[in-house]
Amino acid sequence: MTKTGVIFDIKRFAVHDGPGIRTTVFLKGCPLSCWWCHNPESQSAKPDILYRRHLCVRCGTCVETCPENARSLTENGVERDATCCTICGTCVDVCPSGATEKVGRELTARDLMEEIERDTPFYDQSGGGVTFSGGEPLTQPDFLRELLERCGDRDIHRAVDTCGFADPSTLRSIAEKTDLFLFDLKLMDPERHLEYTGVRNELILSNLTMLAGSGKTVHVRIPVIPTITDADENFDAIGRFVSRLPKPPHVRLLRHHPTAMEKYARFKMERRLPDGMDTPSRKELGRIASRLTEYGLEVSY
Amino acid sequence: MNERVSRLRQESYDAPVTLSTERAELITDFHIENNGKFSIPVMRAKAFEHLCRHKTIQIGDDELIVGERGPRPKAVPTYPELTCHSEEDLGILNSRPNTRYGTTAEDIAVYREKIIPFWRGRTMRDRIFDGLSEEWKTAYEAGIFTEFMEQRAPGHTTLDGKFYTKGLLDFKRDIEERITRLDFAADPEATAKREQLRGMSIACDAVILFAERHAELADRMAAKESKPERQEELERIASICRRVPAHAPRDFWEALQMYWFMHLGTITELNGWDAMNPGHLDRYFFPFYKRDLNDGTLTRESAKELLECFWIKFNNHPAPPKVGVTAKESGTYNDFTNINLGGILPDGADGVNELTYLMLEVMDEIHLLQPQGNIQLSRKNEDRFLKAACRVIRKGYGYPSVFNADGVVEQMVRCGKRIEDAREGGTSGCVETGAFGKEAYILTGYLNTPKILEITLNNGIDPRTGKKIGIETGDPRDCESFDELFEAFRRQLLHFVDIKIEGNQFIERMYATYSPAVFLSVLIDDCIENGKDYNDGGPRYNTNYIQCVGIGTITDSFSAIRKHVFDDKTLSMSDLLDALTADFRNAETLRLKLVNKTPRYGNDDDYADKIMMRVFDALHTAIDGRPNTKGGEYHIDMLPTTCHIYFGSVLGASADGRNAWSPVSEGISPVQGADRKGPTAVIKSVAKMDHLRTGGTLLNMKFMPSVLDDNEGIEKLAQLVRTYFRLDGHHMQFNVVDADTLRRAQEHPEDHRDLIVRVAGYSDYFCDIGRELQDEIIRRTEHQAF
Repeated sequence: MTKTGVIFDIKRFAVHDGPGIRTTVFLKGCPLSCWWCHNPESQSAKPDILYRRHLCVRCGTCVETCPENARSLTENGVERDATCCTICGTCVDVCPSGATEKVGRELTARDLMEEIERDTPFYDQSGGGVTFSGGEPLTQPDFLRELLERCGDRDIHRAVDTCGFADPSTLRSIAEKTDLFLFDLKLMDPERHLEYTGVRNELILSNLTMLAGSGKTVHVRIPVIPTITDADENFDAIGRFVSRLPKPPHVRLLRHHPTAMEKYARFKMERRLPDGMDTPSRKELGRIASRLTEYGLEVSY
Repeated sequence: MNERVSRLRQESYDAPVTLSTERAELITDFHIENNGKFSIPVMRAKAFEHLCRHKTIQIGDDELIVGERGPRPKAVPTYPELTCHSEEDLGILNSRPNTRYGTTAEDIAVYREKIIPFWRGRTMRDRIFDGLSEEWKTAYEAGIFTEFMEQRAPGHTTLDGKFYTKGLLDFKRDIEERITRLDFAADPEATAKREQLRGMSIACDAVILFAERHAELADRMAAKESKPERQEELERIASICRRVPAHAPRDFWEALQMYWFMHLGTITELNGWDAMNPGHLDRYFFPFYKRDLNDGTLTRESAKELLECFWIKFNNHPAPPKVGVTAKESGTYNDFTNINLGGILPDGADGVNELTYLMLEVMDEIHLLQPQGNIQLSRKNEDRFLKAACRVIRKGYGYPSVFNADGVVEQMVRCGKRIEDAREGGTSGCVETGAFGKEAYILTGYLNTPKILEITLNNGIDPRTGKKIGIETGDPRDCESFDELFEAFRRQLLHFVDIKIEGNQFIERMYATYSPAVFLSVLIDDCIENGKDYNDGGPRYNTNYIQCVGIGTITDSFSAIRKHVFDDKTLSMSDLLDALTADFRNAETLRLKLVNKTPRYGNDDDYADKIMMRVFDALHTAIDGRPNTKGGEYHIDMLPTTCHIYFGSVLGASADGRNAWSPVSEGISPVQGADRKGPTAVIKSVAKMDHLRTGGTLLNMKFMPSVLDDNEGIEKLAQLVRTYFRLDGHHMQFNVVDADTLRRAQEHPEDHRDLIVRVAGYSDYFCDIGRELQDEIIRRTEHQAF
């Protein structure tokens, strides 16, 4: 029996999620809610309905066909009553303009494999493969495990992009079937971690220690978020911690892009990151990288 | 680039494009005086000699490579023996907003008083239109196809390396020797061959004379020159012009000037399509480069300066002024000279050398409209070569374009060419495959495939004019299955291909008989041995291409019909046809449904892609292998130049939701905005077409500069190309998109739906993101331009 999971996107020709040309599969659901999250729609485990006002032609087809009468046409376009909407997707099927879209779809690992395998010639040529990201892929461990097994059977390189907040035995079982971990490290101070991500970081750190000790290839990725993660003491703490791991992983700095914050409005989500926050400059990243290099780490950005 | 190059480049860039009547006047004088005195090949040769003897020549300040087709840079001659422009044409050329050719009142007076009175009714164009059938004219006027030879000579030809080891005097000896071997007793064509060979011999003298005139001019200029360095250069130029093209070049500078005289000779003789293509310049020039470096007579820097001066010369030669449909199908100054780099040598070895890299640098620094350049990428070439090209591509000039060298060889071998000849070949013009120096591979015209579907849907009638132009294949409302509809299309297609080919056979004979290209024939094997002209089957290989346009539009149209009318049955054929007739007036919801709820080509979706393959097979079966009149065959190409705009302008609304009169899809690219799954899905879709059964396909890809801003991006672009070629793709070119394009995308999202932008740690379709984010990305892009 193939497992069923919920994904919210598949990006082909992903070029920053591991070696080679990759397909990144974004699984839905995340135990963290980071202030700077670039994919806030991924946090909830459930599918949702997305409405792109600028594409809507006000034809009213979705209003007429909605079985729950959850949609109404207003001056501002279509409004949806979330209390009676069952996310059945009828509106998505009938929408002629593509203004209504489902975020998140349920599908089986077998069906998802068909999508993943489509770019096999590119993986073969470039030394690429598939990256499971999210959300947090470990929130759907059975689904993820089956996908990893199937990819292994087909000789497709597997990367898992994780926040590390997962049950250790689950993580261990996933690690057996994973070729590369992209492991996010945000804040070393547990209180600040709690404040900005919604959880403490002890579990994350012990999981990282465990993975690094298991001999798995791990890349640590640090989002550089101005005023939140970019303090020197945070990087010093990360530097100390990572450099003492059994096989110190490669570190990659990820730049914060305030542009992604636009999504919060699109998904009607509360945005906690203040306005006017800039992307850190290459120079700033260079400075941080050389600080981390002092701990003997290999850093890219 | 150094100061000299920078100045020459700027002068070439700034020079206004004007029309020159000099060639028209000279050729008219010659014909008035000599009409009827000689056989046609000799007449053409003597007329060519007359041009070379009398045309104005000049050597520009500080130039190192000399010679112009016109009396000055970007002064473009006309060819009244082929096309005699009317006064009205000249007025339009002078005033049209795009691709304007400056024309004076005196030019118009010369045409009125001298050129038009002599040539009207005698030109190839007039005689061709007189001789074509009504059926042909009706289809042509409806925009079913275009005709490349209606105002320009057959061309799309590329020279090989033979004249770097042989001078024109050596070719003349070959010609004389061939004449002595003619067997007048046994060969009924011996007389015709002798006349042809005589013409070829005269043409060699003409080009030698043309060079000698430059030598004399350089001497005169040197005598008056006050700066000793320039005086020395002019003396050197004089000695070079006395050496080449009469004799083979001995050094790098002579080799460059040798090519340039061959180029000018061929484009002065006739206005063949695609000016002339030099072929694999890196490999032809390499022995000279290496020898001169070893001798210490050349440095990398001085070689680069010479190459850059050489490059700039191409830009001084805009395409001959085109009018009518030809201007629409190819509305550009670009005359498509396309330099090949890399690839495989005739013996199968890697063709990349040091000069290849130097030429990529030159391409990057000069980046004028012309010449274009491409790389021929073989699996044998190192990745370093591809990455060096990608770094130039990143600059966003749109070149070098990238070709699959191994696939190009396979295409030619499929058509029966020797593998050595195929490896010596490559691509020219836009994307056309040919055996350099050995083949006449003639583009005959574009075929409007979505228009043929439209005629099918209207049972033989063109809805734009109400005229019956096709055969009756039945009322589509009576079609019970998709297969039945497709069969009707296939029959309609065959009908029009027959008309197109019948017309071409006639035009081909007209050129063979009345317009031999005697000088070009010297340079193409085996015209001398065969005693036959380039236009008459003299070359070793003689191919005709028909270029099919709109595969994306027709595929999506068929897919929409199949899905909504036949599979889902949510739309009746009758309602669809009514909506198309009304250009979707009051049916916007239906139009959107057709656009958004149809499986579309370019998304690696077999539903649509299998339809594409079926259309491709129909085109291939209808055209491939049909004999031409020169012992060769017709094959298909999939490229549009600017014809997809013209073809769209004669096409009503289509079932893919495209509004009437708007462009159809270009090349083999998906319909603008239909591909929504990124570049790998596009590549998978387009590679389902069997490129090896074509003579060239054209794929455009768009990228944001930020995708390519680091080595990782370059590496992944390179791997994308390699994968496409593993799948037998023929060609790829990249549009690295700038902020202006993004602004246009904001205004007209419907035309830019496939534009991918790098947002943060993810990419998104530009048109799918909010205005605020779009503005931010535009700002970021502009910033990146610095």
